[in-house]
Amino acid sequence: MSNPTRREFIGRTAATAAALASTQLHLYPAAQAVTAPSADPLVIELANEALNVARGAGASYADARVGRYRRQTIQTRERQVSSVADDESYGIGIRTLVDGCWGFAATSTLTRAGVQKAAQDAVALSRAARSVLRRRVELAPAPPVKGTWMTPVRRDPIDVPLEEKIALLLEANAVALRVKNVRFVSSGFQLLREVKTLLTSEGTNVTQTFIRVGPYFSATATAPGDFQTYEHETAPRGQGWEYVESLDIPGNAERWASLAAEKLSAKTVEPGQYDLILDPTNLWLTIHESIGHPTELDRAVGLEANYAGTSFAAPPEKTIGKLRYGPEFMNVQADRTQEGSLSRVAWDDEGVPADQWLIIEKGIFKDYQTTREQAKWIEHLTGVGRSHGCSFAESWNAVQFQRMPNISLLPGERDITLDDIIAATDRGIVIKNRGSWSIDNQRYNFQFSGQAYYEVQKGKIAGMRRDVAYQSNTPVFWNALDMIGGRSSYWLGGSFNDGKGEPSQVSSVSHGCPPCRFRNVTILNTGRKS
Amino acid sequence: MTRDEAKALADRVLRLSQADQTRVNITSEWGGNTRFADGGITTSGGVINVSVTVTVTVGRKRAAATTNVLDETSLRRTVELAAQLARLSPDDPELMPELGPQKHATVNAYIEDTANLNPVARAGAVQRAIEGAGGGQIFSAGFLDAHAIVVAVATSNGLYAYHRTTDADLSMTARTPDGTGSGWAAAGSRDWGAVDPAAIGRVAARKALASRNPQAIDPRPYTAVLEPQAANDLVPLLAGALNARNADEGRSAFSKEGGGTRIGETVCDTRVTLYTDPTDPDLLGMPFDVEGLPIRRTVWIEKGVLRNLSYTRFWAQKQGAQATGAQIYNGASVFSGGGLKLTGGTNTTDELIAGCEHGVLVTHFFYIRSLDPRTVLYTGLTRDGAFLIEKGKVTRPLKNLRWNESPLLMLNRLEDIGRSEAVAAGRHMPALRIRDFNFTSLSDAV
Repeated sequence: MSNPTRREFIGRTAATAAALASTQLHLYPAAQAVTAPSADPLVIELANEALNVARGAGASYADARVGRYRRQTIQTRERQVSSVADDESYGIGIRTLVDGCWGFAATSTLTRAGVQKAAQDAVALSRAARSVLRRRVELAPAPPVKGTWMTPVRRDPIDVPLEEKIALLLEANAVALRVKNVRFVSSGFQLLREVKTLLTSEGTNVTQTFIRVGPYFSATATAPGDFQTYEHETAPRGQGWEYVESLDIPGNAERWASLAAEKLSAKTVEPGQYDLILDPTNLWLTIHESIGHPTELDRAVGLEANYAGTSFAAPPEKTIGKLRYGPEFMNVQADRTQEGSLSRVAWDDEGVPADQWLIIEKGIFKDYQTTREQAKWIEHLTGVGRSHGCSFAESWNAVQFQRMPNISLLPGERDITLDDIIAATDRGIVIKNRGSWSIDNQRYNFQFSGQAYYEVQKGKIAGMRRDVAYQSNTPVFWNALDMIGGRSSYWLGGSFNDGKGEPSQVSSVSHGCPPCRFRNVTILNTGRKS
Repeated sequence: MTRDEAKALADRVLRLSQADQTRVNITSEWGGNTRFADGGITTSGGVINVSVTVTVTVGRKRAAATTNVLDETSLRRTVELAAQLARLSPDDPELMPELGPQKHATVNAYIEDTANLNPVARAGAVQRAIEGAGGGQIFSAGFLDAHAIVVAVATSNGLYAYHRTTDADLSMTARTPDGTGSGWAAAGSRDWGAVDPAAIGRVAARKALASRNPQAIDPRPYTAVLEPQAANDLVPLLAGALNARNADEGRSAFSKEGGGTRIGETVCDTRVTLYTDPTDPDLLGMPFDVEGLPIRRTVWIEKGVLRNLSYTRFWAQKQGAQATGAQIYNGASVFSGGGLKLTGGTNTTDELIAGCEHGVLVTHFFYIRSLDPRTVLYTGLTRDGAFLIEKGKVTRPLKNLRWNESPLLMLNRLEDIGRSEAVAAGRHMPALRIRDFNFTSLSDAV
C-alpha cells in the first residue's frame, strides 16, 4: 500500500466489472462462417437406435454421442520433416442412467447390432454400479435443443495443402538456424476437425463442427557444456488457418531463436523476494492452474480426489460468496462463447447452451463450473438452477464429465501496458511464456517458470536472467496482485491438451489476461549442479 | 483379435497399397473401467476400438494415416490419403527402409482373468477396496482400469509381428472426514489375480489415519525414504535423458563435454542397475516396437555405469550402434512399453526406514515437471502421506513438501536401495533411501 503508483493503476468499480463481464473480448475480426454441416442421416438413425435400446432396457435417461475426429500432426526439425500423420476416429458413446447410476459404453462398430450391444452394455454398467451405492444422480433441467453450429473459419486448416503447411514450418526453421549458436529447431502443427452429434432421450439433437489449430516453435542454442531452449508461446486457438498466418512464424523465427542464444550468456538469477511481473503469455497458465482447476465443482466435493486432487476452494457452503481470492479489482470470467477460444461451443455434451458467468467478482469467489448433475448440489447456495454447460468428453470413446470452460482474468479499467508496469516497479522480475508448471493437489503451493526472464531495476529492464522459477501459495499470490493491465494488453493463451479424470481425458481450453504485477514473490534459482 | 485375424486384416490393407513400401500397424483394444468416490461408483465405462495405421513410403518420402473405420472403402481411402500425404512431403534424409522378417520373442502377457474383468466383477472389487478401508468412516475415491490389447505390425517387406497383452490397475485415495489426513495405495499387473483390492483399501486408510494433523518442518534437504511407488514416480524420468541422439547432440545430461556421450562412465551409485527386458517374467513387456524392430533386454545402467542409450534405427546406423527401438504403440516409449526394472538391493522398505536416523518417508509424488534437462532436474510435491522418521522409526505425519530434485543426481546420493517389487504392469521398483533430498517449500495441501 505504500507504493504511490499503486493507487494510480488499480481500482475499478463494480459497474465496470459488470460491464466487462457482459461483453465479449473480440480478438480478431469475425471470420466468415462456413455453413455448419448437419448430421449424416445414418448417424441420427444409429443414435436413435441406441437411445431406444437404452430406454427399452430400463434407462430413465440416455444420451448418444457420435463423433468423427480428424487430427493431423506435422512435425519438423531443422531442415526436414520428421513426421506427417493423419488420424481419423469415428464411433459412438452411449451414456445411461438407471436408478440414479451412470453407465457408459462406446464402440467403433457403427452397425445396428454394434450400437445395440453398446447400449445394452451401458445399461449393464449402470446396473452393476447400483451395488456400490452413492447418492442418486439428479439432473438439472435442460430444455431440449436442436440445431447445428460450426467454429467460424475462413480456411479449414485440415484442408490447407500439406505443401503450404510444410513450407511455412521449414522456412521458419531455416531462418532460426541462421542465428549464431542456434543448432536445433523444431516446429509443427496439431490440427483438429471434430464433428459431433448429440441426441438425448429428452429430445435434444445437435450437430457441431469444431476447428482447432495448435502451432508450435522451439529453438535450442548450444555452447560447450551448455544448452538453452526458447519455445515461443504460439497459442492454440479455436480458429482457422487465417490465425496461423496472422502469427507470421517465419517472420518472427529469427527474433525467437535469438532469445535462445541470448539465454546462453544471461546472468543466473539471484534468488530472493521480487515484485513479479507476468506477461499474459505466462500468466494464462497460472490462471488455469490456480483459478481454473480449484473452481471445478467435482474437485471441490472430492470426485477427483484419487487423481487430479481436491480444492482449497471448498466446501461450497464455506466458500461461495465468502472466499476472498484476490483484490477488489480482480474479476474472473468463465465463458464458452469467447471468439477464437478453444472451448467455444454452442452446446456442451449434455446439450446445455454455452454460458458466460463470473467465477470471481470483485475478488470474491462467486460460483463453480458445473454440469447438469452438479448444478443441483449448489443451487441452494448460488440460486442457479441450471448447468453452466461444462460437460465435455475428449472423444466418442470417453464419458463426458465436468471440464473447464475458458476462464479469463478481465482487464483493468485503465489501459495499462506491460511497459507501464515495468516503469512503476523498483525491483522486479518479468517472465514471458510458459516453462515448467507444478501445483499441489489442493492448488495451494505452486512453482512455475517461463521461457524468458528479465530483471527490473528502478523502472527499467536491467538485463536477461536465467534459471528462474517463482513459487507461491494461491491465496497469498492473488492477494499480492497490485497492478493489472488494460484492455489493449489482453492476450488469449491456452492449452490444447489439459488432462483430467480417470481414465485421463484431454480437453482444450483458453485463458485470457492482461499483464499483472504481484508483490514480494519468492524467486528461486533452478540451476543446480549436484 | 487372433493372430490370424490380425494377419488377414494387415494383408488386406497391404494389398490396397501400390506404394514402394507400406507398413500396417493394428491396435485392437478392449477397456473396462470403474471409478468411485465418496464410497460409491461415480462413472464406469467400456470401450471397444480397432484402429489401423498405414505408413506409406514413396521413394524417400513417408507419411501415415490412421482410421478406425474398417470397411473396404475407408481402408482404401486411408491408404490413398497416406500415399497422397507422402507424395506431398519432402524427401526424408533419415528414412530407413521398412523391416523384413524379424525374430521376436514370444511373451505371454495375456491373462484371461484380466480380459474378463466385467462390470460386475469390477464393482465387487471396488466394494472390497472400500470395505478394506473400513467402509463409511473414510472418504474413499479410486479407479480400477483393465485393458486387453492386441498389437500387430506388418510390412510389405515381409515382416509380421503380433502380440497381445492385458493389464489391470487399481488405485485408491482415502481421506479422513476432518480433511486433515489422506492416504493412497495402488497396485497393477498383467494378471488381475495379483491385485488385492482389500489390501489396497487397508493401506490407503491406514496411511490416511496416520497422516492426520500433519506438522510443518523447515523445508530443506533431508534424508528421504521413497517407497517403491515414489521411486517409480522419479526413476523413469531418466528415460528422457537416455535418448542417444540428444546425448550425441550435446543436449542431455548424458552428453560428454567436448562431444560424444557418457557411455562407459559411472553416472550414479554403483549399486544401481536399470534395465528393460520384455521377457523378464516380472515385466512381460512388448517384444517389438512400432516398426516391428525386436525389443531386447537392454541394460541402461549397470552397477552405476551408463551402458546404453536408446537408439532409433537411423541414429544407430549413423553412430554404429545397436538400435534399441523407438515408440512402441500409442506413443509408449521403449521404457514404458518394454518394461523397466531397477535393482541393486535386498532390504525391505521397513529396513530402509530402520536404517534412517532422521528423515522423511514418502508415499508418492504429484505434479512432476521438468526444470532443467541439463541435470534432469524436476519439481513436484509429496502427496497422501509424508512422515517424519526419527531413530529408525516413523514418528509423526508431516505437511506435504515441494522438492526440486533430479533422479540422476539423487542416485548419486543413495544411502540404501531395497528389493525391487511390482508397482504397476511392466514396472518393478525398489524403495530408495536418498541423502539430502532437496525439499524446498511447504504445501498446505492434504
